[in-house]
Amino acid sequence: MSTLPTGTARTSMKTYVGIDLGSTTSKAIILDDNGEILGRGITNSRSNYEMASSVARSEAYVNAKFTLFRRALADRGGSGGSAEELERSFRLEQYFAQLRLLEKFTNLEVEGPRYVAVRAEATPRLEQIFAGMREQAPRFFDAGARRKSDFFRDIAGGSFQAHAEKAADPKLANYSMLLSLYDKAILRVENEPVELGFDANIGPALVRVLSGASDAQREACRAATEYSTSTVFNEVRAVGTGYGRARLPFPKDRIRSEILCHGLGAHAMFENTRTVLDIGGQDTKAIQVDKDGIVTSFQMNDRCAAGCGRYLGYIADEMNLGLHELGPLAQTATRTVRISSTCTVFAGAELRERLSLGEKREDILSGLHRSIILRAMSLLARSGGVEDEFTFTGGVANNAAAVDALRALVKENYGERRLNISPNSIYTGALGAALFSRRDAMTEAKYEGAAA
Amino acid sequence: MTRTDVLKDDSQQRQKDLIGGYFTRLANAPKTGHKTVATFVPGNLTELISCFDAIPILPEINALQSGMRKLSGNYITEAERQGHSEDVCTYVKCDIGMFEGGNIGPTGEALPKPDLLLLSYTGCFTFMKWFELLREKYGTPSVMLHVPYQGQGEVTPEMRKYVVEQLERVVIPALEHTTGRKFDIDLLREKLAWSSKAEDDLVKVWESAKHRPSPIDGYFGGVYYIGPIFTAFRGTQEGAEYYALLRSEIEQRIREGRGPVTPEGEMKEEKFRLVVEGPPNWTHFRDFWKMFTDEGAVVVASTYTKVGGLYDRGFRHDPKDPLGTLADYCMGCYTNHSLPNRVDLISKYIEEYSADGFLINSVKSCASFSAGQLMILREVEKRTGRTGAFIESDLVDPRYFSAANIKNRIESYLQMLEQKRSSVAGAAR
Amino acid sequence: MTRSPEQIAADCESIYYDLEFKPARDWKAAEPGRKVVGFVPVFCPREVISAAGALAMSIVGAGDWLEVIRGDAYYQSYLCHIPRSIVELAVSNRLDFVDGMLFPSTCDVIRNLSGMWQMLKPGSFVRYVDVPQNYEPEIGGRFWEGELRILAAEIGKLTGVAVTDDSLRESIRIWNENRAAVDEMYLLRRDRPDLAPTSEVYVVLRAGNVMDPASHTKLIREYIATARTSKRAAVDSSRVVIVGAFCEQPPLALIKTIERSGCFIVDDDFLLVSRWYTAPVAETGDPFKALANAFVKHTIPTAVMYSPKTGRGGALIERVKTARAEGVIFAAPSFCTPALLDQPMLVDGLEKAGIPYTAFKYAENTGQFQPIREQTGTFADTMKLWSAV
Repeated sequence: MSTLPTGTARTSMKTYVGIDLGSTTSKAIILDDNGEILGRGITNSRSNYEMASSVARSEAYVNAKFTLFRRALADRGGSGGSAEELERSFRLEQYFAQLRLLEKFTNLEVEGPRYVAVRAEATPRLEQIFAGMREQAPRFFDAGARRKSDFFRDIAGGSFQAHAEKAADPKLANYSMLLSLYDKAILRVENEPVELGFDANIGPALVRVLSGASDAQREACRAATEYSTSTVFNEVRAVGTGYGRARLPFPKDRIRSEILCHGLGAHAMFENTRTVLDIGGQDTKAIQVDKDGIVTSFQMNDRCAAGCGRYLGYIADEMNLGLHELGPLAQTATRTVRISSTCTVFAGAELRERLSLGEKREDILSGLHRSIILRAMSLLARSGGVEDEFTFTGGVANNAAAVDALRALVKENYGERRLNISPNSIYTGALGAALFSRRDAMTEAKYEGAAA
Repeated sequence: MTRTDVLKDDSQQRQKDLIGGYFTRLANAPKTGHKTVATFVPGNLTELISCFDAIPILPEINALQSGMRKLSGNYITEAERQGHSEDVCTYVKCDIGMFEGGNIGPTGEALPKPDLLLLSYTGCFTFMKWFELLREKYGTPSVMLHVPYQGQGEVTPEMRKYVVEQLERVVIPALEHTTGRKFDIDLLREKLAWSSKAEDDLVKVWESAKHRPSPIDGYFGGVYYIGPIFTAFRGTQEGAEYYALLRSEIEQRIREGRGPVTPEGEMKEEKFRLVVEGPPNWTHFRDFWKMFTDEGAVVVASTYTKVGGLYDRGFRHDPKDPLGTLADYCMGCYTNHSLPNRVDLISKYIEEYSADGFLINSVKSCASFSAGQLMILREVEKRTGRTGAFIESDLVDPRYFSAANIKNRIESYLQMLEQKRSSVAGAAR
Repeated sequence: MTRSPEQIAADCESIYYDLEFKPARDWKAAEPGRKVVGFVPVFCPREVISAAGALAMSIVGAGDWLEVIRGDAYYQSYLCHIPRSIVELAVSNRLDFVDGMLFPSTCDVIRNLSGMWQMLKPGSFVRYVDVPQNYEPEIGGRFWEGELRILAAEIGKLTGVAVTDDSLRESIRIWNENRAAVDEMYLLRRDRPDLAPTSEVYVVLRAGNVMDPASHTKLIREYIATARTSKRAAVDSSRVVIVGAFCEQPPLALIKTIERSGCFIVDDDFLLVSRWYTAPVAETGDPFKALANAFVKHTIPTAVMYSPKTGRGGALIERVKTARAEGVIFAAPSFCTPALLDQPMLVDGLEKAGIPYTAFKYAENTGQFQPIREQTGTFADTMKLWSAV
């Protein structure tokens, strides 16, 4: 299936992989021999950790190919803009590939015995829905397009719903029946390996992008593509971490605790890091590291999950808001309501009571964000305080209201600290794992070399 | 503590026989006419009780046995159904639930109701409420031995006098009244001499862990070793013989350079030496232990195994001063020590036993242990320069043992120790 | 100018909310060399502290108006709240004017806090006060007398004012007066809860935490005089006794919630040290013996003290009858071992005596009152229906 022009020699490139199996998402990082990040991949993990791990890893390898493409293009004086355009076009190709699969499974589903009665009405409507979805698809990958999420399930789901609403008929083929077809098919899509690789999908993507390009551009892109596709990755070692790490089919010495990985990952992102706070969906970690990124002490939230990201999820549900809307709304608060309980069990009750007392939503939210950070503050204190520099990672680090509260409380309790937040903070654990895999492989090579 | 498949040495069989025999004796007490006296492990007065030919009942031991036999969950639910709060000690609730279920002991025989509740409540206020609850429910009389706490880190002459006076004027008369026997101080002296002998041997067992590799696990294995001396066998010849046998076996292990016996077999490689503070979890005892053995971690010293006496710090029962020595014993148990004393002890264990680190298992049930453990963590870290690990579980509440969570922490902790070690080695190279 | 009961209560409420403890600081600043000795619930021999010239300051946590940041770092989630806020007060230097601290043998948490304090404030005056659980005058009484003498000598050394028999007798007299005033205020509330509601009585009582006893006595008397003659709208509420709140205190808003839901609180165990003895301490003879004797003979029944006999519910039933209450509200702090372990025994007694009860848990920083309002409101309604039958 290679689009490799004949006569081009393949070059091999060593890679080191880190995989972080989280409770809500799984992440992969690929490093090259120099320890530079080649690629990042992320997927929403479902119950199947093995699948999640393989999806994240292949995503990261696709991303790595684009890195190579970008490097090659830059060498040939091409602009970053065309690399970006090509990547969007490529994503569209991937989307089409998955969409074809979705359509296939939906059709298989409707052929099943459950749908005998509605089949005749459903089939043409499904055709109509998928035609609409194909037509709509390019818009999701336009420059600057705003997507709810990057996951196929979410993009296609929204698009399917919109078209199904139009196509449905309350009597002949109703909306919920159509949706149930989708729900079944999407599960199969997520568990079916599909060729989303760079080499397989770059051809059509390239054609689309280069349709109006100059000869020079065309030549640069063609050469860069050739370089990327001709490069074969030689994965030297992979290290797994995260909540689901025990389920990885890795030998024990290829598995590292997320504490160590977070510590090292944060150090790699900001090398002066001494304290790391990670607030994820299920747990909160406070980690102290030395100048080499080696963990010197850590604390995790106790058995009570109060104050984790999940708590914000409950609150968002309770307020009928999207998770990402909480922070901005909280930032509009004029005062901060004191919230005493960060107990997930009581969160809803306390919220309703505050609302019934006439408190404003944003003021309550501001209080809720503060209360989560207060829990984190106590973990930080247990682990040894907040040293300079201080790096904040995990999903909650993307929440501006939480960051504001953290900044204020750290200043109040520990004085001025430089607070680092990376836009790629979600990859901190995976990066640490990748660095461990590179380090381990090199140590091993050294010993083997010495033995020889 | 009667699992044969865990330790397969002769001493283990002996231990099992001893404990099994004790429960049978207890179950038969109504037939044989022996009186039974309920009391608690920390500061128990076994020698004194047996002077009256009475048999001690140890509700904590019953509860932990129920935990190991996976019965505690139902007992606790039963007690909560009766109105006991989910916030309080699960030993108490397990005991109450066990009574409701016919009070069946670990040997399958029904255990008798105690004839006297002897409240020597060293180091735990819950004990006081526990026996009040039993008394309300079953009408058994109770007698209080108030054991002052070492709040300022020491035992004063006034504290000692107070405990001796209570023994003379409250506890002994109550035992005489319950059993109909006169107190014989010479008999007590005899028993105390046996105690002291067993204590000598037990200390040698604890100290064997200073060797590399340690021939014992001083926490998970340790709870088996304390079985006889913390229950009915302190002050007995059979108890003393058990400890002599145990000691000789362990000395043999040292000579052979062998590691501790664990449920997974003999530990082959000692990778980490740890000190542990806090009681173990009983409902997942083996799983919990395995989390350590899987990583090559051996516990070289623990504080929990000292709740029934800090013999390794020099205390011995002294036949020359029978009541005074009982007072010293009660006041000297680990849980009767102030927090600064506890920090001191843990720090010394880390040094004396050349530990790589320490772990605190904080149990929800037991505020006596747990309140302040986070400060103990911090202070020991400061004092020894070693980082500690902190995990949470419960004594016998199976709902409160999150295996994945605890395993994650233990692994993370040990990997951190490993990483620190290799970075130090790397720097030295 | 005389203050109305509402004004007195409002002034006391501002003392209640004052986490700088200004009245105690002012007292200390009024004369050079003055010392303040703090203590935490439940009991403390305040007479000894006063006899050494120090202010006995009762520290009962920080309620719902102090954000606990560092205090939480010292405690796991399954322990009660009061030690967190007390530690927070300490590490935020709000107690820097306190010269010594006493920790009584209330429970394992408070006991262990004594050791934590020794490490938190190295070199400072910290004493664990082990009260006797043996009530024989010749055994527990004598032990306690000895402990009191040691404590008196130590506090005397701290303040530079040696405790003499005379000064201790005088201190006993002052505290007897204070307890008499408190008892009188409780009697007024029992008889006329419409004139002296608990939301006021509580803050007046609580003001004594940071005041010298004589001034506090005067304040109570002022309140009694003005409340007794005040004109207030009649309210029809059910009479209840509150049990379990002897250590960590419920927030004032919780007390108000219970009252507003239709309950007159006619007896309670808030701030129990202020009503510890059921009879006055002897003001003549050896004062140490007098205090020891009062302790072993006249200590008010409470969960933290051993009860040598069966029938734990008896004393509570007695209180319910004396207070002419219709029911009992068990209000225990979450994770409060003494209160929660005591409760089933008390419940048992009430059930046998046919006295209705309801139970909930709170924390000093509880922020949710709606469920409690519904619960106690329903309870009050049922009791009314019941008594109408």
